[in-house]
Amino acid sequence: MTEFSVPPVKPPFWNNPQFRAIFFQAAALVATVAFGLYIFENTQDNLRRLGIASGFGFLSSPAGFDIIQTLVPYSAASSYGQVFWVALLNTLLVSALGIVFATLLGFIIGVARLSKNWLIAKLALAYIEIFRNIPLLLQIFFWYFAVLRAMPAPRQSLNLGDAFFLNIRGLYLPALQFQPGFGWVLTALGAAIVLVIVMRRWARRRQMTTGQPFPVLSTSLALLIGLPLIAFWLADAPLHWQVPELQGFNFRGGLVIIPEMASLLLALSIYTAAFIAEIVRAGIQAVSHGQTEASLSLGLNFGMTLRLIILPQALRVIIPPMTNQYLNLTKNSSLAAAIGYPDLVATFAGTTLNQTGQAIECIAITMAVYLTISLLISFIMNEYNRRVALVER
Amino acid sequence: MAQSRLPHPDLPPPPSTIGALGWMRRNLFSSPFNIALTALATYLLWITVPLLLNWALFDATWSGDDREACQGGSGACWVFIRVHLDQFMYGFYPKAQRWRVNIALLLLILGAAPLFIRTMPNPVKVKLGLGLLVFYPIIAFVLFKGGLLGLPEVETSLWGGLLLTLVIAGVGMTAALPLGVLLALGRRSQMPAIQTLCITFIEFWRGVPLITVLFMSSVMLPLFLPEGINFDKLLRALVGVTLFQAAYMAEVVRGGLQAIPKGQFEAAAALGLGYWKAMALIVLPQALKLVIPGIVNTFIALFKDTSLVLIIGLFDLMNTVHNAITNPAWLGFSTEGYVFAAAVYWLFCFSMSRYSQNLEKRLYTGHKR
Repeated sequence: MTEFSVPPVKPPFWNNPQFRAIFFQAAALVATVAFGLYIFENTQDNLRRLGIASGFGFLSSPAGFDIIQTLVPYSAASSYGQVFWVALLNTLLVSALGIVFATLLGFIIGVARLSKNWLIAKLALAYIEIFRNIPLLLQIFFWYFAVLRAMPAPRQSLNLGDAFFLNIRGLYLPALQFQPGFGWVLTALGAAIVLVIVMRRWARRRQMTTGQPFPVLSTSLALLIGLPLIAFWLADAPLHWQVPELQGFNFRGGLVIIPEMASLLLALSIYTAAFIAEIVRAGIQAVSHGQTEASLSLGLNFGMTLRLIILPQALRVIIPPMTNQYLNLTKNSSLAAAIGYPDLVATFAGTTLNQTGQAIECIAITMAVYLTISLLISFIMNEYNRRVALVER
Repeated sequence: MAQSRLPHPDLPPPPSTIGALGWMRRNLFSSPFNIALTALATYLLWITVPLLLNWALFDATWSGDDREACQGGSGACWVFIRVHLDQFMYGFYPKAQRWRVNIALLLLILGAAPLFIRTMPNPVKVKLGLGLLVFYPIIAFVLFKGGLLGLPEVETSLWGGLLLTLVIAGVGMTAALPLGVLLALGRRSQMPAIQTLCITFIEFWRGVPLITVLFMSSVMLPLFLPEGINFDKLLRALVGVTLFQAAYMAEVVRGGLQAIPKGQFEAAAALGLGYWKAMALIVLPQALKLVIPGIVNTFIALFKDTSLVLIIGLFDLMNTVHNAITNPAWLGFSTEGYVFAAAVYWLFCFSMSRYSQNLEKRLYTGHKR
């Protein structure tokens, strides 16, 4: 027999996957670093040539401009560092309120979309299809320029029950004024919360050992509402409404929501609610009907079925996309810059940048803030998601 | 004893379940709560719909050439839109040159129409599509910009209106999809350095608002480039929008890649296909098909986001309308202007979403239940 001796074929080294992997990664890294250095060099040159200062020293110099809405004490003599905090708080305020309103509205529309009532379901569908297909900026502009800027002057304000007034300067609401005795009401509320927690633990233990349920929800509500009410009455109602009043050409007293804030909030809530409604609908539809039937045949009533069977499973589907919508809303609140609501982008990446000329620092700080918020919220929601996620065998 | 049996009296017939009445009973009045909801919805429609119809149609002013025509009318003044329509469509593009835009649009429609004919064989469609993708942008750019073949040059700062919106959206979509696919592949790659680079890139762009990206491209880009090199304003916006949406696209495509079972990758490798061939022939066709809704959603988001270029002073549809509204000669027609712009954006976004639903159904190859 003859043996064929096959000469060992060694593939060339550039066809070796391991070599290729190392080569491509090294090339990518070198290209990235070279690009970074190139930009860095150019920036250094340009800054020197244009005589722009660099560094964060500007944060302590006085800003010299006013801001139309501030949550913390601020004046034109304050520093750019304080401008940053005022702007950040404004961004957080409008985002937090927007998230609350959008969630409420979104849940209502999402449930209405699944209603057995044909008219209600179609109305909800129309809402969703109309508002999510129109750019948010256009909606903000509509509410600001076409609706709120077209309101009458303070003297001809729209009057709602002599307490709410709507005019070109904004929406005037009655403000709450706390009297000295209000501390007692807060103490009673704190005590009620502690009592509720203790009572829930006790009720759970009792149900585990004896099987007897305890009306936890109604007792908790009674405690949470009853105790502060009793304290309120005993302390002689230490709370007053301060109703805005027309004096001269403007209103005094009360709480004012500036039109910039109102239109931004309206547009953000209405726009995001359309997306949340679709998420809620998908989440509820993802729980199969067999779950409801199984629960009812086990003898749970409809409320318990909803609370113990459907909602926990629906939330598992709802939460990840909902987080994305909350993040989108927070990022979208930066469109405030287009109508002059003093948020982070308008005051810090806008006015401060124009006054100091330090573009890189201002934009970097602004981007870092949004990046931090995004990463923080996604981290928290990922942790939560891990806790509610399905544990498979 | 004779037992007399009295028949039970006839029961009334059950309520009709067919016909209009039955339908209404089932869908509108099935329970007291439902009746209340129907009443509420009807009331809402009763107070809003006539108001809207009167404003938009019956009391509106349609004819005339100036704002005097709308004096005294209580409804919408569509004359405002009619007078400005050319401006809303072309922006400040020179009137004498607008035929070039129309020709480009006509070419696009003629070139793309065969792609939507079902009976067309697939290889022809692929060739046509790729040809369109490569050559149409060049033809359109030459037509729009000019300066060649005896066409007078038109600066990009003069492009505007719906034309500019479509240019940004079109370029953004065609560039963001391939870039997003590459980023998604990089994120799923076995090479740690490539993976880290892609994750950093994606998470960075997804974490910041588009408006800060546009700010960055308008104030920081000049600082990054060597002295004397200056980018066109439109190009800067295009780069910003594309990179931003590519990051979102990457996450959508990654979802599709993750849904492909490992056996598909292994089978491709066992057949002797290299990485790129395995991806292009086996994995991506399946993965992209799975995420069509997500891709179209990203396209819709991109289309809506083009309105943000107003922030850096480009005159897209949104800014052109806004500009016409704030024109002192035509004050007081902001509602008409915004409603018109909203209708145009809505039409594009809604048809895209409808088309994607249609495509999803057509490409479904699984077993129908």
